Amino acid sequence: MNEQQGSSGPAKHHVPDYRYHTLVVTVENKSGVLARLAALFSRRGFNIESLAVAPTDDERFSRVTVVVDLESAPLEQIIKQLDKLVNVVNIRELHPGHAVERELMIVTVAAGPDRRDELVEQLDRAGGKVLSVGADAMMLSLVGPPIRIDEFEELLGQYGIIELQRTGRVALANLDEND
Amino acid sequence: MKMDGGQALIRALELEGVDVMFGLPGGAILPVYDPIIDSSIRHILVRHEQGAGHMAEGYAHATGRPGVAMVTSGPGATNIVTPLCDAHLDSVPMVVITGQVPYAAIGTDAFQECDTTGITQSVTKHNFLVSEAQDIPRTIKEAFHIATTGRPGPVLVDIPKDIVDPDNPRSALEWTDDVEMDLPGYSPRTEVDPAAIAAAADLIRAAERPVLYVGGGILKARAAEALKELAELTGIHVVTTLMARGAFPDSHDLCLGMPGMHGNFTAVTAMQESDLLIALGARFDDRVTGRLDGFAQGAKIIHVDIDAAELGKVRRPDVAILGDCRVAIEALVSDLSSNGVGGADRGAWRSRVSGWQERFPLSYEQAQAGDALKPQMVIERLRDATPDDTIVASGVGQHQMWASQYWSFEHPYTWINSGGLGTMGFSIPAAIGAKAGCPDKMVWAVDGDGCFQMTAQELVTATVEKIPIKVALLNNSYLGMVRQWQEMFYDERYSEVFLSKDVPDYKGWAESMGCVAMRVDSPEEVDAAIAKANEVDDRPVVIDFRVTAAEKVYPMVPSGASNSELVVPPSQQDQPR
Repeated sequence: MNEQQGSSGPAKHHVPDYRYHTLVVTVENKSGVLARLAALFSRRGFNIESLAVAPTDDERFSRVTVVVDLESAPLEQIIKQLDKLVNVVNIRELHPGHAVERELMIVTVAAGPDRRDELVEQLDRAGGKVLSVGADAMMLSLVGPPIRIDEFEELLGQYGIIELQRTGRVALANLDEND
Repeated sequence: MKMDGGQALIRALELEGVDVMFGLPGGAILPVYDPIIDSSIRHILVRHEQGAGHMAEGYAHATGRPGVAMVTSGPGATNIVTPLCDAHLDSVPMVVITGQVPYAAIGTDAFQECDTTGITQSVTKHNFLVSEAQDIPRTIKEAFHIATTGRPGPVLVDIPKDIVDPDNPRSALEWTDDVEMDLPGYSPRTEVDPAAIAAAADLIRAAERPVLYVGGGILKARAAEALKELAELTGIHVVTTLMARGAFPDSHDLCLGMPGMHGNFTAVTAMQESDLLIALGARFDDRVTGRLDGFAQGAKIIHVDIDAAELGKVRRPDVAILGDCRVAIEALVSDLSSNGVGGADRGAWRSRVSGWQERFPLSYEQAQAGDALKPQMVIERLRDATPDDTIVASGVGQHQMWASQYWSFEHPYTWINSGGLGTMGFSIPAAIGAKAGCPDKMVWAVDGDGCFQMTAQELVTATVEKIPIKVALLNNSYLGMVRQWQEMFYDERYSEVFLSKDVPDYKGWAESMGCVAMRVDSPEEVDAAIAKANEVDDRPVVIDFRVTAAEKVYPMVPSGASNSELVVPPSQQDQPR
């Protein structure tokens, strides 16, 4: 399975949105349910681009935001197979452009005193925060749409990324999209 | 009422109407075997857990009720993985109970521990690991509900020992008769969309070359009667897939028989040339379609299935109908009765179909005097010497195809085989399960010698438990289907397919297991042996039919070829298509 929780490698080139699709899957909050989802994706040859899981306001359920790669399988088949899992309560498709999508990145960047001002200026423009400053490095965080995170990650390449973690995207439907 | 978990488990099974279960005890499931002594449920002690699983499947195929098997943890559980996968692929309702090490020991690599729910996740419709005794009654109810509704399938319930062991306080529970299921994510849909029915009826009215493509879902939906009504109302021909043999009588004028890789010429070609395939509970399996881009290219598709994921999975339907097959067929019948069956001219099509039937019947070369016994002839004689409602259970390979081809199925639920998974060794335990569920019917297992050697020990079970099945062993000393492929596609280079001419001694082996056994070498002996077997009703019978290894299953669509490239038997190769 080409499953990635966020991205820890070098910045990816942005790929057109139509290849990826965001599904919000409400599942029963029981042990083993995430394994069932992951096993289904593996068994059917569906690729996951990113995956984020957390309990909802109702403790019986968890909300899974999964970005699927439509080159591996048609969206309809992915949804129908997911729906067959007994622990899957609801699946909502978030159309590209009709949802607010966010991702959090925390990153440690090589930046000695001579490059810090420049880095902080770029970080400010992107809306990020400085979390910690060391002798030769800074730890930063940035929240934003995944495409902005991609861009900023690429920009950080010139400084040297020491360690990086992205959460994978979470999403909510636009206000006017909610029933 | 106070109870322990083991008592509650057996009580819950009784409440589900379980009358027979198949299993083999061991350490972790031991406490559940004690209350079985006091239960109304008949437990059949198998010789290998795989046997328990296939027996439960055979029982379910024959009766329509869920089959139940119970085994211990670790190797008991892993031995039943094959039957679970088999039932999953053929949508067989089955509930398997497995013992598990005590809850607190899970994850410690305890003796006979394995991750049963993890291992079986992808081969079950659903599975449960029960952590508290109090959850046992509800979980059993949920397991049966899931196994038997929607698209049926196997459900496994893993039970840690401590919650069923009366000596452990964790096994105590308060029994109540009215437990409620808690399945917020499970609501199979059976009713059908009227607009889709209307659209399908319009396609049927307009079609000039329609074919009803009938799969195993018809049997699961108990829809054979409705299907007959639809076929007769519209005059549309029917093909019955390997999983649907018996869903429509082979003797019916509209029946074209089995399609697919070893289907008969007319069934395969009618589908290829059709302008409308009405797929009912069928899933466009590769063994039916052949090379997909060459399959029925001119046909529109109506696809009825209770599993939404089947609609469009392989072939995009023009009209998709989600729901129960029987409900859908009845709705179609109602529409076509009220609004007419249409005036499309199907005369030319009917004469093409009957022309194919005349030129390309199923056939093999009859043995001449002194020739070796032909396997097809054994099937024909067996068919003619047994009652119409005889249940036939087959293994997997050439004998399976010949049984499906040369038997004449007149009733639903008389043909039991392993279609999707193709599990060798299926027939003997499946036949035992079928006979346990239908003791008044004659049950014949049609088996091959490769298959027989995989599960023959269950004949001991059949003898001891007094389940008198009969076995027609088509013994050609080879793994015959693999041999056929090597002959046709690997330049007759035979690699690891010859078993042995003289070991084992099948007659002696069968007798040692308590069976009546016979060996038949020549065509002249066939009828007498079958007649003798049919008279035995107090123990199993095995007839070792020594058949020629030279026979191949025809017709055949070579793997990866289009169905239009169907290879017919040599005697028909000069016929115009």
